[in-house]
Amino acid sequence: MNPLKPARAHPGAPFTLTFDSREIEALPGQTIAAALWASGVTSWRTTRDGGRARGVFCGIGVCFDCLVTVDGRPNLRACLVPAAPGTDVRTQEGTGHDD
Amino acid sequence: MTEHRPVLAVIGAGPAGLAAALAAGSRGVRVVLIDSAAEARGQFYRQPAPGLGARRPQALHHQRRTWERLRAGLDTHLAADRVTHLSDRHVWCVERDSTRFTVHALVGPEQERSVAVRADGVLLATGGYEKVLPFPGWTLPGVVAAGGAQALLKGGLVLPGRTAVVAGTGPLLLPVATGLSAAGARVAALVESTAPGAFVRHTRLWSTAPAKLTEGVVHATRLLRDKVSVLTRHTVSEAHGTERLESVTVAALDAEGRPVPGTERRIACDILAVGHGMLPHTDLADGLGCRLDGPRVYADDEQRTDVPGVWAAGETTGIGGAALSLAEGHIAGRSAAARLAGGVPDPREWAPAARARTRSRSFFAALESAYATRPVRWTEQVTDETVVCRCEEVTAGAVREAVGTLGAGDLRTVKLLTRAGMGWCQGRMCEPGVAGVAGCELLPARRMLARPVPLGVLAASAEHTATPGQ
Repeated sequence: MNPLKPARAHPGAPFTLTFDSREIEALPGQTIAAALWASGVTSWRTTRDGGRARGVFCGIGVCFDCLVTVDGRPNLRACLVPAAPGTDVRTQEGTGHDD
Repeated sequence: MTEHRPVLAVIGAGPAGLAAALAAGSRGVRVVLIDSAAEARGQFYRQPAPGLGARRPQALHHQRRTWERLRAGLDTHLAADRVTHLSDRHVWCVERDSTRFTVHALVGPEQERSVAVRADGVLLATGGYEKVLPFPGWTLPGVVAAGGAQALLKGGLVLPGRTAVVAGTGPLLLPVATGLSAAGARVAALVESTAPGAFVRHTRLWSTAPAKLTEGVVHATRLLRDKVSVLTRHTVSEAHGTERLESVTVAALDAEGRPVPGTERRIACDILAVGHGMLPHTDLADGLGCRLDGPRVYADDEQRTDVPGVWAAGETTGIGGAALSLAEGHIAGRSAAARLAGGVPDPREWAPAARARTRSRSFFAALESAYATRPVRWTEQVTDETVVCRCEEVTAGAVREAVGTLGAGDLRTVKLLTRAGMGWCQGRMCEPGVAGVAGCELLPARRMLARPVPLGVLAASAEHTATPGQ
């Protein structure tokens, strides 16, 4: 159940970032989307009209479903932004410009 | 030192762009390889991030040896300063003046600043992206594009759940299913809406593509070994869950492509990887005024577009897989090197690549004809409440109203009346779905900019047009 195993990955030291104020462990080189997925988080945005939960969809920067607020900046694509120690990741509500 | 060498900007560092950069770099051209990722490799050769220290990345990858050869070639060229690799650059526009080109690219994941690269020629190796058709529940977290699941797995070594269903149509589903399985997910089912017989019967074509045959057998063996239930002529008609995916409904399809009543059953899963084929990225080519043939960029035998100084190779000229991309990239790079130096290339020099190109194209033409028509009746399963445009949350009901009540007869009018395709992704995800639900012809969208660009960048760009450097 751990893809690190078949690839015989020996990652660098894990670090933590926060997602909605709770600590999440990430591995060097992972994007924010990958780090959230690895922690079992699959949604980190609510839509502007319906307030529906969304997470990653296309995985390669085309679809904009994985928008997230990173260090106070909304509308970043979690599948493109690398995770870094201490990054403050927050669920993006609507346009992300309301809070 | 390098002032007199012509500069070729290669956009995209996947199989086609890498092959082109190596070929042109070896033949006297100064290559600037521009790519949106942190590492050169594209989607097909996407590698685990270096920080993950993968000692056996081939467990989740294909054609590792070819990748290693390309990587070594690129390193040699980089060390010799024949190729410059600009990573994390998202090209949004290529401008052409009388003799030269200016490539504009946003920098880094933030994409708030733009840089410009001047070049004598441009080679578009922009690849393709996935087509995903809508169905009830496809917006639930846990439902991902098949290639997206593969990208996160190959690059980040992560899985979003434990039990997966892989569904849709097309050859990509096989490696996605085997990849998820190899990574430790339980693949409960591979749901393919076409019937394999349609393709397997093309035995003459199989003989032209032994490598593809081997690949297919390897995937099939793996699926058998992992006891993955392969359901052909089946479809996922609905994904269920509240906050995230919990299960899917699968149904058999009759000869007309309609679900057979009574065959529906639920499969519990927390990952649904879904895809319905691929589409070429054509925005940059279109912006340059290159002719498009249907959904793809036109290219001649030398991989030249109809705009002087612009070449195109790989999936942007038609979906055909990595082997075809390598062949086209090689030919395009050699043609560009000769032409930019003022000469005329001799096609005999790339005869093996040309033969590989012909073989791959006929193979994929057959694949396309076997898969293209499926799923035929998918729009009948899209309920009025189903969101078809994910960004703008436009429902199928709204699209149907635009067509039925308001009389929209083409995609552009549907867009104006409903906002379908007006959101962040500019229709890249929803266009085939909206076109299908609306009953309109799917034509390549005309997008002035290949990526969303901050207004400040556009304003600054007008002030400093053609700033050299990176």
